[in-house]
Amino acid sequence: MARIELKDLAHSYLPKPGGEDDFALKTIDLDWDDGGAYALLGASGCGKSTLLNIISGLLEPTRGQILFDGADMTHAPTTARNIAQVFQFPVVYDTMTVRDNLAFPLRNRGMQASYIKERVQQIAEMIGMDSQLSRKARGLTADEKQKISLGRGMVREDVNAILFDEPLTVIDPHMKWELRTQLKQLHREFGHTMIYVTHDQTEALTFADKVVVMHDGRVVQLGTPEELFEKPAHTFVGYFIGSPGMNLLDAKIDGSTATIGSHQVPLGAGYAALSGHTQIGIRPEFVTFTDDTNGLPVQVTQVEDVGRHRIVRVGFEGNTLCAVLPEGAPLPEGTQNITFMPDQIGVFENDWRVTPSTGGAS
Amino acid sequence: MDKPQNNRAWFMVLPVLLLVAFSAIIPLMTVVNYAFNDTFGNNAFFWVGVEWFKETLESDRMWGALQRQLIFSFTILAIEVPLGIAVALAMPKKGVWASVCLVLFALPLLIPWNVVGTIWQVFARIDIGLLGYSLGLIGIDFNLGQNASAAWVSVIMMDVWHWTSLVVLLAYAGLQSIPDAYYQAAKIDQASRWAVFRYVELPKLKGVLLIAVLLRFMDSFMIYTEPFVVTGGGPGSATTFLSIDLVKMALGQFDLGPAAAFSIMYFLVILLVSWAFYTIMVNLDREEERSE
Amino acid sequence: MSTSPAQPTDKAGLRRLASYAMLIVYLLFLILPIYWLVNMSFKPNVEILNQLTLIPQNPTLGNYANILTDPTWYMGYVHSLTYVILNTVISVTVALPAAYAFSRYSFIGDKHLFFWLLTNRMAPPAVFVLPFFQLYSSIGLFDTHLAVALAHCLFNVPLAVWILEGFMRGVPKEIDETAYIDGYSWFRFFTRIFMPLISSGIGVAAFFCFMFSWVDLLISRTLTSTEVKTIGVAMTRTSSATGLDYGTLAAAGVLTIIPGALVIWFVRNYIAKGFALGRV
Repeated sequence: MARIELKDLAHSYLPKPGGEDDFALKTIDLDWDDGGAYALLGASGCGKSTLLNIISGLLEPTRGQILFDGADMTHAPTTARNIAQVFQFPVVYDTMTVRDNLAFPLRNRGMQASYIKERVQQIAEMIGMDSQLSRKARGLTADEKQKISLGRGMVREDVNAILFDEPLTVIDPHMKWELRTQLKQLHREFGHTMIYVTHDQTEALTFADKVVVMHDGRVVQLGTPEELFEKPAHTFVGYFIGSPGMNLLDAKIDGSTATIGSHQVPLGAGYAALSGHTQIGIRPEFVTFTDDTNGLPVQVTQVEDVGRHRIVRVGFEGNTLCAVLPEGAPLPEGTQNITFMPDQIGVFENDWRVTPSTGGAS
Repeated sequence: MDKPQNNRAWFMVLPVLLLVAFSAIIPLMTVVNYAFNDTFGNNAFFWVGVEWFKETLESDRMWGALQRQLIFSFTILAIEVPLGIAVALAMPKKGVWASVCLVLFALPLLIPWNVVGTIWQVFARIDIGLLGYSLGLIGIDFNLGQNASAAWVSVIMMDVWHWTSLVVLLAYAGLQSIPDAYYQAAKIDQASRWAVFRYVELPKLKGVLLIAVLLRFMDSFMIYTEPFVVTGGGPGSATTFLSIDLVKMALGQFDLGPAAAFSIMYFLVILLVSWAFYTIMVNLDREEERSE
Repeated sequence: MSTSPAQPTDKAGLRRLASYAMLIVYLLFLILPIYWLVNMSFKPNVEILNQLTLIPQNPTLGNYANILTDPTWYMGYVHSLTYVILNTVISVTVALPAAYAFSRYSFIGDKHLFFWLLTNRMAPPAVFVLPFFQLYSSIGLFDTHLAVALAHCLFNVPLAVWILEGFMRGVPKEIDETAYIDGYSWFRFFTRIFMPLISSGIGVAAFFCFMFSWVDLLISRTLTSTEVKTIGVAMTRTSSATGLDYGTLAAAGVLTIIPGALVIWFVRNYIAKGFALGRV
């Protein structure tokens, strides 16, 4: 187990990068705590796989450093970093048995046969494959193979971190849940640093203690799932997390009032003068319908029933908003008024969250 | 891999079946016709039963040619397959040099076979050929017309020169289709280069290698133009392989009956050996999968 | 086995050096006869037959002139290219769905059909000369590009199917299933997702079809006469009662390599493309 620090990291796939746009990763400064369970979340192409490959040593960064427990490993080969990686599709040695697959990394390091036997048995039990140890790896199902991949990664005791690159992509939906649970359990039992790359927020939010959200080559937020939900640091986080995502409206901010189009909305706190592109964000969960005519007048356009609650889409002066209607509440129609819970409104300047200068929670 | 039963898959295979059968059935019927009949031309056929077959089986000449052919085929297989794999492994995976190599490897394959034969015929001569002359310089008597081993060496060298690239291209394409993740995982597992070859590359290359072996076996077993141009089957009949013998019989002596019978048996031998190769490979595969 | 980082690099470096050395030796081995061919093509026959010279002493463009000024010759290239490309396109197009069926499904007679395909390559082409002549004449396709293209299908289609099947087998079925779940129609899945994954197989199969069709002189000559003159016809003119016209033959050989070299240059990216599991 190790603490991994990324300092001033940037990477470009071009041999001679010019401006910022040439960089797949733009200046990352991040610390991964020893033993933490992290999710690296982001849309396709945001650079999360690049980052993972830099951590595992399969890519050397154009700029910056990566430290393992304080030691500079930026140019160290993969083998020296003692990491394990589970890939998007199962990577097993088909011609070997399950047992040989698990034993492979240990045998290559010249460990003693008795130790290997014991360790393989231990890991096999952990991943639930001990009854299949003598089977050839080839005929197994995709999830069994992924478990072997995982086991092979964990069989070495000196593993610094385990990296997962969207490992559940080829797994059947009903097995995904089981594997995720097993991963979480393994983390609790053994405490390895785990970094789990995914574009699926459910996977990220259920697996990780802390989530790193990436967008366009940058880390936009590092926080617990709650923090990401309640206080997104970037409009992308607001939009990406939650289903549906946060409502974002262009607004003019003036002290503790926001002006949206022709209406004014009270904010839960006061803000200093802002320039640039300002928006307010409010999650559909905190949008309520009201009879108060001071609220925002909107036109109901669509109602979706998703089981436990309903999603109402409304239009306001060219903007579309979503509101979550709890079960049992009456269905609104036609023209309605909505209000936003003031302390749940986030203010964003140029896509980044602005801390209020007076009052309210930030 | 468990494959779902789906007889509608026949539709996907139909075009191939029609195209190939169209060209295969009629010639087959013609050859069979000739093999069992005697003719004085003018489409007058006299049934002679298995007489042509008997004649062929009793022909010493045919057995001699068969023996030489088997030695030739297995020799070149033993050289070309390992060499081809080794070269494919040594090739750069991408970049300009990979492209340059690919083009250079392809060149020998693209030359019409009579030209290939001609090149080597001149190349191997002691008076005007680079190879023959150089060997002469170090004291080797490389007279193709008189020295049977010289003839054999030339023919084998020519085949290796001509066809190894086929194995290289197949093996290279096969290697390219191995996902990077396997190499990465092997690095993480600290596997030695040999272990990577044995556990990652070789298993994935098995399919491709089977094709390469079968192709080279079949084509070498039927080889005609190249050795004929270089040695004419000589000296004497030292390099008279099956095809050369067959053509001599059919064209030289115009014995279509025996030639047709010979062709059928020729075909059956190739069929048998190929089928054996194929079945062995498939069964090895299946055994591995089934082992508990 | 020690795990110190320094050692593996040395061994790896040495290994790489040995690999490159072998590669270079092999390339030289390949190039030498080709150089010899080019060499011969610039020499007059007199020089070829009487002297061993590494560089032409009396360099001449006469051999090439013979070819390039003779309409039979260069039309031969055009005609041959036509039926070869026709054949390559037909063979690969027809082989793709068939190979997919063989690799993904089992159906009645599949194993026998698969092996039967290969048996069509097990007879010497000479055997087919007379029957093909009769067959294609009787359906009125004698002396057309299509005839030669179809005739070559006998050998090339099985080859393409076998090669493609081998590569398709390596693609995990989960990819097919994921695509269907994501709503792709079979055709879109096949062209957008599947084919890129087996691109090296397609490149190699296409090149081999091109190659085997291009170098066949016997069948192409048999099925054509006046309308379609192949390079095979042109080649026979280089051997006469007075012996082989080595110079012209060599020049013809050199010219024959060029189209094929271009083909492989164009498919090189397909062959060299790795298996990139696209992010869907």
